[in-house]
Amino acid sequence: MEENNEGGNLAQVQHVVLILSGKGGVGKSTLTTELALALRHSGKKVGILDVDLCGPSIPRMLSVGKPEVHQCDLGWVPVYTDAQKSLALMSIGFLLEDPDEAVVWRGPKKTALIGQFVSDVAWGELDVLLVDTPPGTSDEHLAVLENLKKQHKVDGAILITTPQAVSTGDVRREITFCKKTGLRILGIVENMSGFVCPHCSECSNIFSKGGGEELAKLTGSVYLGSVPLDPLLTTSIEEGKDFIQTFPDSATFSAINSIAQTLLTSIQNP
Amino acid sequence: MADIPSDAPQHCPGTASEQAGKTSACQGCPNQNLCSSGATKAPDPAIEEIAEKMLTVKHKILVLSGKGGVGKSTFSAHLAHALASDATKEVALLDVDICGPSIPRIMGLEGEQVHQSGSGWSPVYVEDNLAVMSIGFLLSSPDDAVIWRGPKKNGMIKQFLRDVDWGELDYLIVDTPPGTSDEHLSIVQYLSSARIDGAVIITTPQEVSLQDVRKEIRFCQKVQLPIIGVVENMSGFVCPKCKNTSQIFPPTTGGAERMCEEMNLTLLGRVPLDPRIGIQAYCLSHVPREESAG
Repeated sequence: MEENNEGGNLAQVQHVVLILSGKGGVGKSTLTTELALALRHSGKKVGILDVDLCGPSIPRMLSVGKPEVHQCDLGWVPVYTDAQKSLALMSIGFLLEDPDEAVVWRGPKKTALIGQFVSDVAWGELDVLLVDTPPGTSDEHLAVLENLKKQHKVDGAILITTPQAVSTGDVRREITFCKKTGLRILGIVENMSGFVCPHCSECSNIFSKGGGEELAKLTGSVYLGSVPLDPLLTTSIEEGKDFIQTFPDSATFSAINSIAQTLLTSIQNP
Repeated sequence: MADIPSDAPQHCPGTASEQAGKTSACQGCPNQNLCSSGATKAPDPAIEEIAEKMLTVKHKILVLSGKGGVGKSTFSAHLAHALASDATKEVALLDVDICGPSIPRIMGLEGEQVHQSGSGWSPVYVEDNLAVMSIGFLLSSPDDAVIWRGPKKNGMIKQFLRDVDWGELDYLIVDTPPGTSDEHLSIVQYLSSARIDGAVIITTPQEVSLQDVRKEIRFCQKVQLPIIGVVENMSGFVCPKCKNTSQIFPPTTGGAERMCEEMNLTLLGRVPLDPRIGIQAYCLSHVPREESAG
């Protein structure tokens, strides 16, 4: 881990945004992927750094398979999803020989690898680097934030929640984490916000309702919007397909795109 | 196992770790020579203390998943209640999710506090025969964040096992956070001299979940933790209006059933998505709260 980098590998990355939640399974990786695709769709060069070392989901969601990670003079070369290099990725998923291999590491070892992920990946020119995180407020979060701050490179965080109290309860703690560490909260997104039955169009609030907006009001944060439960999205993510290419007219894409544009405006005009 | 003294330098690897005294973080620490001499690597006495404590606990079950948000805490709470419905059984639920303790809310015990007595910490009783312990009871506000690195979380888990006055139990259910890290290693290591019956693994049907769950299964195999079986949660949603079933989390790779076949595990069952759980989880306790015994 280098200290006092002059320039360094984040020098040409314009904006860095963390995707956080206190809660697991709310859709951090899904929304990181979709926001990245939406930003790319609007012409931005995007990167995703996946610091979930125990459960790295990003490689599958973007169906990059098992590419080799190469080294160059500046460090690790990120994995690109296409020849145009419009979307750059780094995840421990690429470094595992066996995809089912468990990464059974205690905090200090996770901290060390995340330090390398932050400073030793040759991202090159990017408009936005999204950092996908595991749930919680522990080693990974402290490590990624401390290392990003060394390079003065973090615009803020988006917090993902689902509507129910069990989720917002954890996200409140994540908000405290942000405040304590001086991390700007760019806004809250409520995911899995209602399910419209494809057979009869009845809307069911499977994970309750309203929690995201209430949380935003309670904590004085910006409410960025909500994304519904959409089996077309979950299937796309499963198969590593680009949801935006496959379902450009869907209400779900519209919701995600609106959040992406609000995010962009917010980080370009702090 | 890593024991970190309270005045240790940052990134202290732990006095009992293989790296004790040898890492860059150790430079300048007054205990560096002591640690590097190997004197600190004796087995943690807490393991035997915990084994002693666990002699009065007949069955210990861990609820695990590699994946977050699949319903571990919901399942743990319902399992605890189901076991405690037999009034002759004594049941306890231990929540070792230090950063995201959901059990107090799910059990309807928010705002409860833990009390100290001569025989240790008293767990919170939601029913006469159902005790609960969580870091949630030690936090004074719902906004309090537990921003702890691994070693401090491990210390808390040790205290939960050693210092809580569990009494005689038929079942101790342990709810865990997602992942394969400090909390999971610690709970297995601290219970290494007390027999763990096994783990119940929770998943949802989709591959994004199964890929993490396979890692958890590998973890169990690595640490020789028997796997009782797998539960597939959020397995389909029946629309309350038209009664058609939708697979919101689609089993694109065969769901838990195929994974269990491939890995020679028992599929314990499937639980559907039910919006009432989200509401009921909040009101799971049917018993009026009582003052805990001092």
